[in-house]
Amino acid sequence: MNLEVILRAGLSTGTILIFAAIGEIIAERAGVMNLGVEGMMLIGAMAAFKVAYATQNAWLGLLAGILAGGILSLAHGLVIIHFQADQTVSGLSLTFLGTGLALVLGEGLTGLNTPTIPSVDVPLLSSIPFIGRIFFTDFNILVYIGYLMIPLSWYFIFKTRPGMHLRAVGEKPSAADTLGVNVYGIRYLYTFVGGCLAGLAGASISIAISPGWYSSLTTSGQGWIAIALVIFARWNPVPAALGGYLFGMLRRFTLDLQGPMTILGVKNPFFYDHNLVFFLQMMPFILTIIALLWGSGAARRKRKGTPAALGIPYIRGERGL
Amino acid sequence: MKFPFRITFENRTEEVPKWMPLATSLGAVVAAFIINGIVLWLIGSNPFRVYKFFFNASFGSWGAFSDIVVKATPLILIGLGYSLAFRMKIISIGAEGQFYMGAFFASLVVLVPLVPLDSPKIVVLTLMAFMGILGGALYGMIPGILKAYYNVNEIITTLMLNYVAVYWNNYWIFGKYSDAGFQMTPTFDKVAWLPRLADLASKYPFFSGITLHLGVVFGLVAAILIWLILKYSRWGYEISLIGDNPKAANYAGINIKRNIVLVMIVSGALAGLAGMSEVTGVVHRLQEKISTNYGFSGVIVAWLAKLHPFAVIPVSILFGALIVAGREIQPSGISFLIQGTILFLVISSDVLLRYKVRISRRQEEVA
Amino acid sequence: MTITTGEFPYAVEMRDIVLRFPGVLANDHVNFTLKKGEIHALLGENGAGKSTLMNVLAGLYRPESGEIKIKGKPVTFNSPKDAIASGIGMVHQHFMLVPTLTVTENILLGLKEPRFIMRLAKYDKKILALQEEFGLKADPSANIWQISVGEQQRVEILKTLYRGADILILDEPTAVLAPQEIEELMQTMRILVDQGKSIIFISHKLNEVKAVADRLTVLRKGKATAEGIDPQGLSRADLAELMVGREVIFQIDKKAQVPGEVVLEVDKLSTTNNRGLAAVKGVSFSIRQGEIFGIAGIAGNGQSELVEAITGLRESEGSIRINGVEVSNCSPGKAINCGVAHIPEDRTGVGTAPNLSVTKNVIMKNYTESPISNGWRINYPAAHDHAVDLKEGYDIQTPTVETQARKLSGGNLQKLILAREISGKPQLIVAMQPTRGLDVGAIESIQKLLLEQRSNGAAILLISEELDELLELSDRVAVIFNGELVGQMDASQADLNTIGMMMTGSLRSNE
Repeated sequence: MNLEVILRAGLSTGTILIFAAIGEIIAERAGVMNLGVEGMMLIGAMAAFKVAYATQNAWLGLLAGILAGGILSLAHGLVIIHFQADQTVSGLSLTFLGTGLALVLGEGLTGLNTPTIPSVDVPLLSSIPFIGRIFFTDFNILVYIGYLMIPLSWYFIFKTRPGMHLRAVGEKPSAADTLGVNVYGIRYLYTFVGGCLAGLAGASISIAISPGWYSSLTTSGQGWIAIALVIFARWNPVPAALGGYLFGMLRRFTLDLQGPMTILGVKNPFFYDHNLVFFLQMMPFILTIIALLWGSGAARRKRKGTPAALGIPYIRGERGL
Repeated sequence: MKFPFRITFENRTEEVPKWMPLATSLGAVVAAFIINGIVLWLIGSNPFRVYKFFFNASFGSWGAFSDIVVKATPLILIGLGYSLAFRMKIISIGAEGQFYMGAFFASLVVLVPLVPLDSPKIVVLTLMAFMGILGGALYGMIPGILKAYYNVNEIITTLMLNYVAVYWNNYWIFGKYSDAGFQMTPTFDKVAWLPRLADLASKYPFFSGITLHLGVVFGLVAAILIWLILKYSRWGYEISLIGDNPKAANYAGINIKRNIVLVMIVSGALAGLAGMSEVTGVVHRLQEKISTNYGFSGVIVAWLAKLHPFAVIPVSILFGALIVAGREIQPSGISFLIQGTILFLVISSDVLLRYKVRISRRQEEVA
Repeated sequence: MTITTGEFPYAVEMRDIVLRFPGVLANDHVNFTLKKGEIHALLGENGAGKSTLMNVLAGLYRPESGEIKIKGKPVTFNSPKDAIASGIGMVHQHFMLVPTLTVTENILLGLKEPRFIMRLAKYDKKILALQEEFGLKADPSANIWQISVGEQQRVEILKTLYRGADILILDEPTAVLAPQEIEELMQTMRILVDQGKSIIFISHKLNEVKAVADRLTVLRKGKATAEGIDPQGLSRADLAELMVGREVIFQIDKKAQVPGEVVLEVDKLSTTNNRGLAAVKGVSFSIRQGEIFGIAGIAGNGQSELVEAITGLRESEGSIRINGVEVSNCSPGKAINCGVAHIPEDRTGVGTAPNLSVTKNVIMKNYTESPISNGWRINYPAAHDHAVDLKEGYDIQTPTVETQARKLSGGNLQKLILAREISGKPQLIVAMQPTRGLDVGAIESIQKLLLEQRSNGAAILLISEELDELLELSDRVAVIFNGELVGQMDASQADLNTIGMMMTGSLRSNE
């Protein structure tokens, strides 16, 4: 076990969660809860892999993955914005729909080799002692894009005019509507953006960070973990990102825990009884619940963060929001 | 950008006609098959052949139909549990995990064993049913408590617990109770097998090979019980009040937190019983993959049945057919896709129940 | 906007406006005109179609037929944006402000400028300058949820002015204000008119209209019963005739009676609001049998939290005793069992389950008791009979008792709630805004029901923003300001001026 390895693995796999979580934060800030992240990620992963394989171009694959997630999310947008369906159930059905589509269209992709998004060193930054080696050396390009996305998305949401409109639509759509802000249009837009980012998250698995298509195991519940991160982070990209990296590190840590024969001089039970590994595999899911518990507790104490109109359809002229 | 028609939704002022919910559900199923036919055609399959095969594999013979009802049995129980929870607007998707826990708890009766295996069949099976219910109920209680007292989103917790339950189950079947290193326990003693129709084959040859087991009766009885509770009981009234307006329910003096936990316990108990029914009625041992995504299909079953306990039964049979046929037809994801499409269309079509949709030409109204 | 000379007489001309909602003709060939530089009052009962007409003018609804001219030019508004571009600014009755954004952000919402990056400090200064010009103060960098209702209203007006509006629609702006604040608002309105703005002032109070308006239009059931008349010669009875279509008895028949035993005793009660901030601070009072105790105050001064603490819906510190039994921090169910009836502020959000039948709604408080319940089961035939009894006894207009509650009108829904609460023979009735948003007929019957309960010996806690109503119905009144009761007095001795000053915290009296 090597701390540096764990840290780097966390930065790498955490990127996947960060794309998905930031996408969900943007959608939810506009009042659209999309629980279909898992489905959008899976379809993104499938589309990216399939197109990258067909065209032998990873970048085209990436684009396809992003668009696939975005297009799927529009189905959710239509149902919840225009048909005013329950957002929870619609998101859930999007998961089923996305998974089903990905499985059908991804038939026969398992085991194939595709071009992948390359890993690079960041010029200049990689030569900073220590920091350069850990953060800016030999990572997939998408990892660096993840770095950039954290401050940019934060700045966009809290410091720009479109960001203000985004928040207004999620807090009090009626107020935005009376001032000529197009509530439905904005909700569609950010549902789509959220979907694209989920698609990007999926693509970053299948053609970048851990390449390959393993049907529904490709995402293995990470979309749900991303949603949990959103709540944990109180709809703020910065803590969501930190949570995502931490999660990636813990994942790697539980994997590495199986390696050594002794830990701190004690016999390593996971080395001797391999079945105990099942308990290690439970850890990400249990940790997610604990993170949620923590996030929900913070929500109750501070009563801040949750967009007031989250999950509520907007109908002009109706009372309330 | 200028679409020539304008689609407006008007609130329904009159009651929804009684046939509407049924019609929209049926319409959603038909539309789902059409849409997926197109998908099949696009990827180069012949949708007619696939659907014909699908029909034969599921309704072609008594034996096939019995297989479907066997697959439908856990779906009925799980769908009922979900219906109860969804009526209170608790969106649990944890039946998969509760099912595994029910199966695990029930199996302990034989694996430990909790009673001597030469006890009468009725004793063993009753105890197994009780343990299955207990396992599912306890496992349902956890997200219930988290939701009620800590305001933790139940969708995510139930889903996470599904994964946990699978690993838990794996630990035991790979380890302590493994049958000579295989990923399963030894086959249960016959005393722990639910009676099936095939058992009567010596008397009535017609039943030979018919796999239908007693579990389906659990499902039917549960449906009647849930229907009675919803229609006539105080608890049913409380559930409807909480489901429609939790603030009003609180104002009426109903303890919402307790009811959330209670509904999750009952919902989990039904899923746990489904797990017990599956290990004692079908596989006769604890193993990997005893559920073919029942926990997820159950969500769609409940929704397509419009949360009505009796409607859950035919819908479960349809989904049983989808699962049975899904094992045979290629591509293998198609049954999953059909299920997803159905759920999506059912929710979309609900708009017809709540609003009158009016389509008018744009030009007319400007005048 | 551009210079407006005498080319056209009217800033706004609305001709033959027709708008239909499912089941209601909200505007039936309504004409309305607004001269440049005038204050034109628009009156009518709740549901008469005033807000609808103004929402048409603000571009929120599209009329089925009719013509709108702004400054002489015919216009068609497809969205609020078009109306804003024509110089129309609307201050809605329920404020259209985003609580989590700052004052400046709310004002800038929906504008093209700033283009991308918000340099709030710069715009804060611009807003301050605008505030100076019109005398409308509100801290630009404060979040909306942190400022008072009066300040929020100013922000709403600033929002329209910042967009260069010269036609202002104020929808019932006085409903949420204390008397002194109303005076300030009228002052503001006069300043605005002096600066060349035209104002449509929606109200239902004649004295306010007389004080400020040049002309008057009255709507009744979607039709105009008076168009642009001079309000000065009008009497209260004339106006009632125009608004309601019949003479309205303003005198409430309240018999003098000696209060009995103490029913409710509240001692040093404190509680917090949803944000965890102190909302009620050490409040003490008591109410006797056959007594109505009224609490006046501007919304958001702790009324909701006080009511919720008494009815068991909110945790609190201090003591609440009903007939000597301590009930503080008990469950809502316990409070119901102690004979507390609660007429909640929010009829649809709290008081009823909108998609359930009338029957299921009227048994909400007694479904555990015989004969409605026998053991685990609910006796639905008995529940049905009970519902029919209440429907007839309280004149609830509904096709059947199996109709969904949401299909009932506001007045009938309120009657349903009162019928349910009163039929439980309560010791204490806690009524919050029981007549808000109702038409005159419904208001009369609700007030009558409350007085009947007073005669029957119930103790009644009445919380209302309608000062006239509060003073007429109550035996004793107090004012709540910032979570504290700032004065208790006999209703007969209370005068509006004193109460108004207490409502804004500029006067305290310790009796």
